[in-house]
Amino acid sequence: MSPDGTASRIAWRLATVIDVVLETPRTRTLVLDVPGWPGHRAGQHVDVRLTADDGYQAERSYSIASPPEDTRLSLTVEQLKDGEVSPYLSEALHAGDTLELRGPIGGYFVWDIPTGGPLLLVGGGSGIVPLMAMLRHRDAALASAGAGAREKLPVRLLYSSRRWDEVIYRDELTSLAEKDLTLQVTHTLTREQPEGWAGFRRRIDRAMLEQVAWPASEQPRVFICGPTPLVESVASTLVELGHQPALVKTERFGPTGGAV
Amino acid sequence: MPPVSRGFRGRRQSADTASRLPPGQYETRDFPVLSAGPTPRTSLTTWDFALRGANGQTARWTWDEFTALPRQTTTKDIHCVTKWSKFDTVWEGISVDTLLSEAAAKGVVPSPFVLATCDGGYTTNVPLADVTGGKAWVAFMYNGAPLPAEHGGPARLLVPHLYFWKSAKWVRELRLMESDAPGFWESLGYHNYGDPWREQRYSGDE
Ligand SMILES: Cc1cc2nc3c(=O)[nH]c(=O)nc-3n(C[C@H](O)[C@H](O)[C@H](O)COP(=O)(O)OP(=O)(O)OC[C@H]3O[C@@H](n4cnc5c(N)ncnc54)[C@H](O)[C@@H]3O)c2cc1C
Repeated sequence: MSPDGTASRIAWRLATVIDVVLETPRTRTLVLDVPGWPGHRAGQHVDVRLTADDGYQAERSYSIASPPEDTRLSLTVEQLKDGEVSPYLSEALHAGDTLELRGPIGGYFVWDIPTGGPLLLVGGGSGIVPLMAMLRHRDAALASAGAGAREKLPVRLLYSSRRWDEVIYRDELTSLAEKDLTLQVTHTLTREQPEGWAGFRRRIDRAMLEQVAWPASEQPRVFICGPTPLVESVASTLVELGHQPALVKTERFGPTGGAV
Repeated sequence: MPPVSRGFRGRRQSADTASRLPPGQYETRDFPVLSAGPTPRTSLTTWDFALRGANGQTARWTWDEFTALPRQTTTKDIHCVTKWSKFDTVWEGISVDTLLSEAAAKGVVPSPFVLATCDGGYTTNVPLADVTGGKAWVAFMYNGAPLPAEHGGPARLLVPHLYFWKSAKWVRELRLMESDAPGFWESLGYHNYGDPWREQRYSGDE
């Protein structure tokens, strides 16, 4: 909204696919050039609209994976079997194709530096996408700040995937954590683990949260994103562990609620 | 017409389905859960429901009193702003018309706007005209069973002709007001009225 309270319409824009990045066998990132993009906050999403040659349309929402600091907008799409839109986005689109979208949308599931920390991010499957935007934003915004700035905003990420080759942004998460002692990344692999896997191998539960999450006394800002069963159970467990409900923000990817 | 997405065909629905889907929506068969934070859990022994007039008069019901009011069952299509629609959902609850006429006996008089407030702090605003005349309920049964907490139980507002965020989960109070005041999502960039048939998703949508 503008200061006088009148809102202008969030316009449909024509984006061009610049690059397609393979993240996992089922997940791709579309790197987009969006002329006139007004900027966004980490955690927001866009609406994507596809139009068939006879005018039939389908719309879906996708979180923005790129931080506000990037000039390009990235979306990371997990392909759902028999889905209407995600197979098209993750398979049919190539560099040079165009895509209609509008945004940014959503003003609640957002985090930026002034919001402060510590930060607790809990994700399942493609629920990592808006959380990754937050990690990338923190990394970019604090790149030139001293180590003290990072220590004031420490982050713990707990990320649930089915198997190691389905971990989205796996290498980037590893390298972010390697260069930054104030970022702790913990994986749990619920279906299948590589040989010698020493990490968690079950769905996120109370014991895991007690071990990995900031204690409630630290008053972390909590962001949970993923399939509904994961979000429901993690959010309720954190409240049971003493976290203030108002500091716990959730986002669910609608009907895609497979177990992770 | 907007630019064609090269090679996109989409999932075509029957003419009947298509005619029931507002623009930009698709049909889902399951019942997705959307909420901004943890699911609040309120015991039925402490739960009550209030209808508060702009004049300060309030009518209040305990759970037993509330569920003893004359009930209605209604079957409706619902439309979530995140794009899914679900057809023929069956609800049981108390019509807001019933609540208003019961509350009239306690001196609660109508005002043009309503703010629903909920456990967990959620709020949403609707014009009174959109919750009267058989258009809205406070529902506590879904598909013949008590409404599960993640879907808004013990009770949620049901205003099926508007986007489903207006059907506030965990509702505890309807506050009648002389002037309109935006609720939670309405303050965070979502449309103030939210008519799915006019695709009023975000503030600024006509
Ligand atoms: C705020 C928000 C942010 C999101 N961010 C992301 C993100 O960053 N990345 C991401 O990957 N997703 C994200 N999603 C989910 C995304 O919007 C889509 O829901 C998802 O991509 C599935 O869409 P689809 O058209 O491929 O599947 P749909 O066609 O919607 O179907 C979903 C599933 O249901 C089954 N199904 C449902 N109805 C039918 C039917 N009639 N016939 C056959 N099968 C059916 C399909 O097999 C499929 O597995 C987000 C959702 C929201 C609300």
